[in-house]
Amino acid sequence: MSDVWLAIALAGAGTFAMRASFLAAANHLGEVPPWASRVLRQIPPAALAAIILPALVRPEGTFDLFQPRLAAGILAALIAWWTRSVLATLVLGLAGVTVLEAVWPT
Amino acid sequence: MTEQGSPPSPPPHTSEWRAGARAAAPLLAAVVPFGLVAGATPAAAGFGVAAAVGMSTFVFAGASQLAMTDVLAGGGSALVAAMAAWVINLRMLLYSASLAPFLTHEPLRRRLAVAYLTVDQNYALAISHWGPRTRPADGSFMIGAGILLGVAWVASTAIGAALGTTMPEELPLDFAVPLVFLVLLVPALVTAPAVAASVAGGGVAVASAGAGFGPWSVMAGAMAGIAVGTVVDWLGSAPGATPDEPAEEVDPGE
Repeated sequence: MSDVWLAIALAGAGTFAMRASFLAAANHLGEVPPWASRVLRQIPPAALAAIILPALVRPEGTFDLFQPRLAAGILAALIAWWTRSVLATLVLGLAGVTVLEAVWPT
Repeated sequence: MTEQGSPPSPPPHTSEWRAGARAAAPLLAAVVPFGLVAGATPAAAGFGVAAAVGMSTFVFAGASQLAMTDVLAGGGSALVAAMAAWVINLRMLLYSASLAPFLTHEPLRRRLAVAYLTVDQNYALAISHWGPRTRPADGSFMIGAGILLGVAWVASTAIGAALGTTMPEELPLDFAVPLVFLVLLVPALVTAPAVAASVAGGGVAVASAGAGFGPWSVMAGAMAGIAVGTVVDWLGSAPGATPDEPAEEVDPGE
């Protein structure tokens, strides 16, 4: 039991340190040079895609293009593009994956 | 600025708090189901409601909480569990670096509040709210969004832990997470560097997961995506379109 709390304390402290790293030192940042802001603005698409794509093409831990999650993900991406709506994407995406997982031939 | 009459104008931060909370509100539809899972999983492993809530309060990063639960439930030590969480959360370093230039003028305690509340969702919301140019921004937007997400996260974890394993397993609730990130990513895919960064980021993440990088694969993908996006961005903006570069597939339109 105390092992769990020790793990929580360590994981929490380390994660907060990572979150705080640059933010804590932000007052020492001068003007951000153009090359740095060029690097920094790549972070959102790079990081988000690195989280999303494995969830779509390796849902069971092995690479597989012919399964419901990739199909539902493509559907959801199109809905996200057209509607820009979180709710529409979530509802239709979750409904899509539920239906597809039910009918997908295995 | 020109409001009718002169009602007592709200404190300067209040409207940004509200804007942040309003922007984050639709994301609750994904945060709550994921929170239920993040609560039910450690409860099912026998760690109790308090530990589940403690994880959500102090770690506040769903994927890493599931990973550390996995390690602990498998008999791994506290240090190994924490290391699994750290690796998954390495992207927070990137988020911190990306947010810092906007908040240089904010006092330390507000920057630390932003740091504690930084998660994928409000990070992506804040960057698109403040950007694309780096400028002094009001951290309240991210704090407002973060408090709403955090309260919902901790509360749904507690409920999930209390319900335990009674949640129907066939509901694909975990799929809500990539769906939300899709909504945050897709509108940004209108520039060549963003497309290149996400193709490389996603591709390398998938390839390195396949090569056995495990929890490192997200960070590997993110770093590759940043590198490729930076190069494409630099090539696209270089004056004279870099005549010394071998031209490939010249776009007749441009």
